[in-house]
Amino acid sequence: MNLEALVDCLSSASCAVTQVSTGLIVGMLLFLVTSGLSLIFGVLGIINFTHGAFYMLGAYLAFTAYALSGSFLLAMVAGAAGVGLFGILFERFVMSRVYGRDILMQLLVCYAMILILDDGVKILYGGEYRMMGMPDVFALPPVEIAGGFVPGYYLFMVAVALAAGLVLWLGINRTRLGKIVRALAINPQMVGALGINTTLLYAGVFGLGSLLAGLAGALAAPIRTLTPGMGVSILIESFIVTVIGGMGSIAGAFLAALLIGFTRAFGAIGFPLFVDGLMFALMALVLVVKPSGLLGREAA
Amino acid sequence: MRAGLVRDLAAALAGLGLLIALPMLFPQPALRDFLIYFFAYGLMAMSLNLLVGLTGLVSFGHAAYFATGAYAFGLLMQSGLVPIPVAALAAVGGTALIALVVGAICVRLKEIYFSFITLAFQMFIHSIIVTWVGLTGGDQGLRGGIPRPPFLGLDLNDARVLYATCAVVFVLCILAMRQVSQSPFGYTLRMIRDNPARANFLGVDVTAMKLGIFVFAASMASVGGLILALFVSGAYPEFAFWTTSGEAIFMIMLGGMKLFLGPLVGTLLLQTLNHFVTIYTEHHGLVLGTVILVIVLGLRRGLADFLFDAIQARRARRAAALAAAAPAAFAPAPLDGRTV
Repeated sequence: MNLEALVDCLSSASCAVTQVSTGLIVGMLLFLVTSGLSLIFGVLGIINFTHGAFYMLGAYLAFTAYALSGSFLLAMVAGAAGVGLFGILFERFVMSRVYGRDILMQLLVCYAMILILDDGVKILYGGEYRMMGMPDVFALPPVEIAGGFVPGYYLFMVAVALAAGLVLWLGINRTRLGKIVRALAINPQMVGALGINTTLLYAGVFGLGSLLAGLAGALAAPIRTLTPGMGVSILIESFIVTVIGGMGSIAGAFLAALLIGFTRAFGAIGFPLFVDGLMFALMALVLVVKPSGLLGREAA
Repeated sequence: MRAGLVRDLAAALAGLGLLIALPMLFPQPALRDFLIYFFAYGLMAMSLNLLVGLTGLVSFGHAAYFATGAYAFGLLMQSGLVPIPVAALAAVGGTALIALVVGAICVRLKEIYFSFITLAFQMFIHSIIVTWVGLTGGDQGLRGGIPRPPFLGLDLNDARVLYATCAVVFVLCILAMRQVSQSPFGYTLRMIRDNPARANFLGVDVTAMKLGIFVFAASMASVGGLILALFVSGAYPEFAFWTTSGEAIFMIMLGGMKLFLGPLVGTLLLQTLNHFVTIYTEHHGLVLGTVILVIVLGLRRGLADFLFDAIQARRARRAAALAAAAPAAFAPAPLDGRTV
């Protein structure tokens, strides 16, 4: 524990800015992953344990697309769209067969899928660490804010994540399709009886949720090392975010993701060995005080 | 004394006799090693089934307690301060304490929430094991060997004594789990699984009951962990990794939940599968994942449940055929097997 370092950092503008920016990007990645997870749970009522593996898949797809084309924009599209497509296939051919069956079967299917994806990546890319490196477009001098330096890519990432979150929120709350999706979450029989193709919608929602995980993976690729199995830690963190923010609430996911991001960024200075512990303590606290999460509606 | 207890005791004695006799009949050391692994993972799968099958709590973090049992036992033995039985009891007690804290948070959560928070806590314990290098050896695992000083005239450095001791402990634990599942407490848990609201109306403290079985199951899993630590003379962070929990769930599913000893069947099947897969390929995950997908999507239930159902259906058909063939004067024959 090193409280002195934490106080020092908080009182110096440059260190605080650096840590805030780190917290922001960690939070934004978590927000993207969690909102996908939350969307799928909200509409389909299942927890997609493969979500972390989808994040990994997005990162590797972006890695390949960038190596082939040299364009980061294309890499992002490949990561997001590729994983979205994969999600649709996974929903149609695997997940949809275990709807309505006990959770054990759903868990097993996800467990099997993670094993296959992790091993598949290992076969294609090898087991060692891979680095994508910062795309040339972002090879700019860092932006100076109040004495602290923030890489340009960080700003870009935060902007993309915010835009994605905003589009998602508007899409669900302000469009006709979003209204149908919300109705689907509440009463699928009724939606089906009104002549709407629910099977297609389920696949679409699953695909959209997966796409968000893929996008997060693609955005993370330039700043993280890629390894098979890199999805597990972000999956666990997004579980924690879900519990803190409240299941099914996008705003809650946003708030909680930022909270966890800052906890990680500043915790790394104050309590380097206890960062994971801090997140769990935070989660336990929320569960005791407000079991439905900060912005959750019904009790968990 | 419960009527079934005598039968359970007899079955346990017979099982123990068989386990002791097996390595004598087939003296290859490989069989003994295989069986000790079977004891360790079997206890984990059986105890997990107390949560999944009996209580309806699908825990995805059960391997955490397997690992804490192994690490606590290994660390206590390496300190050289206590004899084996004391270290074992302390390891189980310590795990029970951890499970009490984690369980107190988790059992309040509904179904799928429970699954992922237990998984999250397991990964927390895994990350503690990996980061606390000074105590646990981090990634490398607990090395330097676990001493096995003789106690009560038993020298566990002798492979045969070690095997027999593990077999006795294993059978005792299975017997204990059987008693719990047949006790009024066990039947209360079944009621909670089938209808928690009703259990609540009947004055059952659902949370306390769930917490009770959570702690008991964790303690039993820790015994499995300490058997393994004792045998491999070390403990590794993989014990606490989420794939270990996944394997335990798969064992239960393979063995089926309709029979009390089903998870042991699953353990045996998965262990055999793992054994051959690791011989022929390094892509263990790919093969295992594919097998799971085929079984879950193809059979839609566990292998043992599949056989169980097939035999039941066959019996029913035969009974129906017999009834139809017999003079119809006694009873109207059912028209299809399902009504039998």
